[in-house]
Amino acid sequence: MSTMIKMVRSFATVAALAAATPALAAGNAPHIEREQWSFSGPFGFFDRGQLQRGFKVYQEVCASCHGVRQLAFRNLADYGGPSFTEDQAKQIASEYTVVDGPNSDGDMYDRPGILADKFPSPFPNEEAARASNGGAYPPDFSLLAKARAGHRGFPWFVFDAFTQYQEQGPDYIYALLTSYPEENPACLGEDFSGYYNPKFLGGSVTAEECAHEHLTGGPIGMAPPLSEEIVEYTDGTPMTVDQYARDVSAFMMWAAEPHLEERKKIGFRVMIFLIFFAGLLYFTKKKIWSNVDH
Amino acid sequence: MAGHSNYVPQSAAAKWLESRLPVISLVRGSFVDFPTPKNLNYWWAFGGILFFVLIAQIITGIVLAMHYTPNAGLAFDSVEHIMRDVNFGWMLRYLHTNGASMFFIAVYIHIFRGLYYGSYKAPREISWILGVIIFLIMMGTAFMGYVLPWGQMSFWGATVITNLFSAIPMVGEAIRTWLWGGFAVDNATLNRFFSLHYLLPFMIFGVVILHVWAFHTTGNNNPTGVQPKTKQDTIPFHPYYTVKDLFAIVVFMIFFSWFAFYVPNYMGHPDNYIEANPLVTPAHIVPEWYFLPFYAILRAVPDKLGGVVAMFGAIAILFVLPWLDTSKVRSGTYRPLFKQFFWIFALNAVALGYLGAMPAEGTYVLLSRICTIYYFAHFLIILPMLGFLEKPRPVPTSISEAVLKSGAGKPAGATAAPDTK
Amino acid sequence: MVHSEQAEPTRRDFLYIATGAMGVVGAGALVWPFVDQMNPDASALALASIEVDVSAVEEGQSITVKWRGKPVFIRNRTETEVDEAKAVPVDDLPDPLARNANLPADAQATDPNRGVAGQENWLVQVGICTHLGCVPIGDSGDFGGWFCPCHGSHYDTAGRIRKGPAPENLLIPPLEFVSGSTIKIG
Repeated sequence: MSTMIKMVRSFATVAALAAATPALAAGNAPHIEREQWSFSGPFGFFDRGQLQRGFKVYQEVCASCHGVRQLAFRNLADYGGPSFTEDQAKQIASEYTVVDGPNSDGDMYDRPGILADKFPSPFPNEEAARASNGGAYPPDFSLLAKARAGHRGFPWFVFDAFTQYQEQGPDYIYALLTSYPEENPACLGEDFSGYYNPKFLGGSVTAEECAHEHLTGGPIGMAPPLSEEIVEYTDGTPMTVDQYARDVSAFMMWAAEPHLEERKKIGFRVMIFLIFFAGLLYFTKKKIWSNVDH
Repeated sequence: MAGHSNYVPQSAAAKWLESRLPVISLVRGSFVDFPTPKNLNYWWAFGGILFFVLIAQIITGIVLAMHYTPNAGLAFDSVEHIMRDVNFGWMLRYLHTNGASMFFIAVYIHIFRGLYYGSYKAPREISWILGVIIFLIMMGTAFMGYVLPWGQMSFWGATVITNLFSAIPMVGEAIRTWLWGGFAVDNATLNRFFSLHYLLPFMIFGVVILHVWAFHTTGNNNPTGVQPKTKQDTIPFHPYYTVKDLFAIVVFMIFFSWFAFYVPNYMGHPDNYIEANPLVTPAHIVPEWYFLPFYAILRAVPDKLGGVVAMFGAIAILFVLPWLDTSKVRSGTYRPLFKQFFWIFALNAVALGYLGAMPAEGTYVLLSRICTIYYFAHFLIILPMLGFLEKPRPVPTSISEAVLKSGAGKPAGATAAPDTK
Repeated sequence: MVHSEQAEPTRRDFLYIATGAMGVVGAGALVWPFVDQMNPDASALALASIEVDVSAVEEGQSITVKWRGKPVFIRNRTETEVDEAKAVPVDDLPDPLARNANLPADAQATDPNRGVAGQENWLVQVGICTHLGCVPIGDSGDFGGWFCPCHGSHYDTAGRIRKGPAPENLLIPPLEFVSGSTIKIG
């Protein structure tokens, strides 16, 4: 009998240990570094200046291909966002052209944007976007910071629940934007005219010549979008690729989760309340049970 | 449920009501005066916690339905509308999505508590079976709820799960088409899933009442597994267990709030923030975490029908569990061998969950098969045999005796290693 | 409840009261999000004001625009209509108040108080009968203004109730001419 138990036991232990080996799954998945963000942790908040700079980078660099269709111009002046004044937000809105209608003749017409409008997308549909971008589809930015995450694996994903790590999206975006190599890997060959990014999650290197190079990431449709001083910062922030990438990642996190700040603030109050209430209930329970042997 | 109340209506109005609809004495008999074993530990609080989570899910769900649009073209954006524009919409949605995970955490603890203390054994078989039915409806409800945001995981999860039914011989294809209301998961599917997702929680509520009725008829099980014999063994439900359950619920709310407010997307999948696209399947599709053990069992069998049968069999086997366990002793506390196998089984279930999240290739497939075989072996071989092979420790003659011997408030259930002295 | 604890009744009572009070406070705070979610959301509030180009509306014509989900009648009144409306003494009106959101609540229902300040030919009003919310028909009724077919309320050329069950004059929303031909409502 006891040998049978021992056998089963060791089986279970082996199974558990083997299952806990993360290396099996990782393959050539890129490693995404964890960055410092003002909005991480229980007291996280958005840096207003950073969001405004990120928005500027978005407008001047990204917006020609990437939309933010879930975002409305009014959001730019919302609490917890870039905190533009209402007049600034109105001004930004009026610089966009929005299709409205039909008018009394039954035609659609263009008009300047107002606060209630959402950001118009650069392409009318996915097909048009692909046609203009050599077959690649520039994804909409509204939720991208929550729709992308690097592989975490065991046991890291367990710790993430306790360390409140929810910034995989901006970490990935930052890593992607800052990791374009100077030159494409040689093994891709002369014929390869596209772009390669070692952090890109959406593709992999399939060329046989690269089989032993252990290249992470893969070919990407987007050319390196950022370069030094491509966007003018007026507040003295360094105009580097690193800083641009950080700022636009923060902007994208806000676009994906505009109530993040409010959520964490309310969450803190809820926690404090519940902990006090639980404490009181604990003593109440003890008092009520004090005459029962149990 | 009733019959335990010594309630005598005092006022004229109460007498008038009592003679027409004895609802006050019913509630008092079930949740106020109800004699409850005095030695229930905190693992028993998960029943109350589950009731709280069910009500919370129903309330947040009704409220979300006021803003959600079950149309394939609008569903994704309507969820974003809730997240961005509706007053406190983000909070209500995060409470609801995380609430589903909390529901399953609590229900798994509740089930394992029942397994450890033998709560499924006579005379509580009906209560146990009703519990398994609740678990099944919960799974259906959660699955359909996950489809509603109409993200990539919603869509492909719905596609994969509905395709399971096509494994049924002869009528499988017809059933699948019938479930879809079309030739793929589409608007008709989303619409009916929304309707059913709204309906099923109320069915759960109904079965919960039967579940409680059943174990209030037999009396609660307790950590010793010994039926209460004298009045000294029990205490009235109120105030003792109302305050104890309330304390447990508030502690559970702290845990819940941590997820809902600080890591609201931890339990979710990033791909579900991409709108459903019937032309592109995500690279790794995984169900929600609470389905992973069953998903691993599904994939462990290299045959379509076989996999489906194994997966449903893994739940169906719980229905006959009361007759598979041959031991005369109810509580695992007094069963030294059973205790060890219980923890191996728990570990095996966690391993299945992990394997369900891994790609179905290489070593993972082999491990899934081993764990699947063990899962069934636990019920079909180990439990029936243990009853004959195991020598149980002496069982106390009454709850009071057990309580006096062990001293106050011993956290039973967490007894993996001790009891060897 | 528990009767064996006679030693420290005050401390025990205080504990129970504090716990109960905290529970009540928590429940109260919890209820608010569930109530507030039914209030107009941010996208609805953003549409609270609209701008309408009225340059194409000739004398004697009306247009209907949608503001906050309700019809708003914008009428370019003829001189006859204005004169008719001016000729009615306020004392004869069932509702002597202007019901104009741009004026104090006690303003009289004279014609200048109903029309747009400085441009008396323009009459802008919410096209909802003050009786039970139907939309009145223009250019009809016994007083040459609006007539509500639901329960027979007659409004005159200044949108004031003259006959029928409606208790108040048609409401005039907050508005201003932002340029010569554009009216901002809301």
